[in-house]
Amino acid sequence: MTATVHPPTTAAEQFAHRPRSPLQRVQHLLHAHPAISPFLVLVLAFAVFSVVNPRFASPNSLSLVLQQVAVVGALAIGQTLIILTAGIDLSVGAVAILAMMVSAQTAHQQGVPGLLAVALGIAVGTAAGALNGLLVTRLKLPPFIVTLGTLSVFTALGLLYSAGRSVQAGDLPALLSWTGESFPVGPFRITRGVVLVVILYLVVGFALAKTAWGRHVYAVGDDPEASRLAGIRVTRVLLSVYTVAGLIYGITAWIIIGRAGAASPNAITDANLESITAVVIGGTSLFGGRGAVLGTALGALIVGFFRSGLSLAGVDDQYRVLAIGLLVILAVAMDQWIRKVKP
Amino acid sequence: MTATTAQSATSSTPGRDSRTPVLSARGLVKSFGRVIGLDGVDLDLYPGEVLAIIGDNGAGKSTLIKCLTGALAPDSGQILLDGRPVQFKRPQDARDVGIETVYQSLAVAPALDIAGNLFLGRERRRPGLLGSVFRMLDHKGMRRSAAEALTSLGIGTLQNMSQAVETLSGGQRQAVAVARAAAFGSKVIVLDEPTAALGVKESNQVLRMIEEVRSRGLPVILISHNMPHVFEVADRIHIQRLGRGAGVITPRSHTMPEAVAIMTGATTLAETPGSVGARTEQNPSGDAGPPTPPHPEGHPS
Repeated sequence: MTATVHPPTTAAEQFAHRPRSPLQRVQHLLHAHPAISPFLVLVLAFAVFSVVNPRFASPNSLSLVLQQVAVVGALAIGQTLIILTAGIDLSVGAVAILAMMVSAQTAHQQGVPGLLAVALGIAVGTAAGALNGLLVTRLKLPPFIVTLGTLSVFTALGLLYSAGRSVQAGDLPALLSWTGESFPVGPFRITRGVVLVVILYLVVGFALAKTAWGRHVYAVGDDPEASRLAGIRVTRVLLSVYTVAGLIYGITAWIIIGRAGAASPNAITDANLESITAVVIGGTSLFGGRGAVLGTALGALIVGFFRSGLSLAGVDDQYRVLAIGLLVILAVAMDQWIRKVKP
Repeated sequence: MTATTAQSATSSTPGRDSRTPVLSARGLVKSFGRVIGLDGVDLDLYPGEVLAIIGDNGAGKSTLIKCLTGALAPDSGQILLDGRPVQFKRPQDARDVGIETVYQSLAVAPALDIAGNLFLGRERRRPGLLGSVFRMLDHKGMRRSAAEALTSLGIGTLQNMSQAVETLSGGQRQAVAVARAAAFGSKVIVLDEPTAALGVKESNQVLRMIEEVRSRGLPVILISHNMPHVFEVADRIHIQRLGRGAGVITPRSHTMPEAVAIMTGATTLAETPGSVGARTEQNPSGDAGPPTPPHPEGHPS
């Protein structure tokens, strides 16, 4: 049979072939390319804040935004993976802090060499992520509950292990604060931590878009039962996602030491909410199966732009909090609307 | 167990017996707590035929095919593929030996595109280092193969393989699911209510697809409520009633009202051995013969 186009005969078919309104076209476009809306918000924010205070667009200011965004941006990669599977991770910050305190304490107290201390931190982060994954897949508990529990568990462990004390970067092997070193790129100053985050984005973005594993992550988040029937080992995919997220949090712990110049068990307290914010503003659906790390990068940058831009505009910081809150609601509402796209 | 096998062997017909069934089931039992889904069901699927399974709600149609495709593990009984016993612990086991299923829910991931769904769980990697080291998928190749698979089944209307499945109509989704099964199934294709949610035109398209699959020599198991559809494409019809097989008829040996009467228990196959008179045909009259002794009418004990 050739691809002959039959003339519409029934009312339903006429409806199916109806011309689309401009709004529906926008809906279809956003459905196909979800990163468009965060990108537009980012460009708009950049334009507005540059006009309000030209210093916003200066290389110094933008370099600072990048450094500020790096930590949450890195954690948000792991968060994106988990949200793509229709999960959520409230323990991101706690895992990173625990990993960081293990690195710092083993280096500071036990005199473990820098490289091994970093590796230990990453290993602890990975193990913590794997534990989340095991609880989600084996005990079949909702990710929200699992990570709400492990948020407390890992926070307490981090505080107990470090006795609540910070370790200054000066007391640590140089390698632990290696990520904080910066180098000039044209007029910008880029830290190694920022480069590391960009590499993480590229690697995870590639894995999600170009490999079977990435396909399976989307499919599992989209419809776990369909994935199971299609022969995907859903449990294994979920476990791998939580473990990789833990690995990313472990690497982020290293970036935090460089950024903060210290390992403090009380750092990044709002990391879980901030990382979820970045993911959601970036257009990844909380219902799973839809989104990309590119959007998350844009989402993290949007939050960074609002922080820097509103502060340079001399506005009370609470307006930033308010604006980000509104953006989150807008982003989720957009997602709901885009999901209702009709054939 | 052995008794059941012996009984079915004797109840089978000459003519049909000379061919080994591609897939057969002997004495399948499956219960869910106190609810009995299958109460000793036998089934034979021969090469190149369309075997319909009909039955009222709760007759055990879905449970039967779930056992045959690894979605459920039977409590007891045997499944034979080409005469050899097989055991399916999960759907993947059945797929690995060439049994492909199109579930009523279609089991497609709505946000993935057509090509992505066709190759879901069986993605193809790019040749060379890109595939082996970087695990890169061959998106282009998969799209091309997906387009070929759909065209070969007479679905020329779907052009854009990178279209998300959720933007397709019900019939188009069904086409994607059937194409996936036909592309990868090497032994048996099982279709669970493929026309239930479709309009007349789309249903006809699916029936043509079933015939196309049969013409390739692949046997098809078709579960359906829709008698006209069943009588249009089926070679034989297995009637399921209250967890048991109530007999096997053919569209030539029985009329639709008779099939419905057996299905609902208004009559039995023994009382209605067939009125259309296909006894002389080479078609398996014996399959439509009297039910085996362990199939009395009524509720299982």
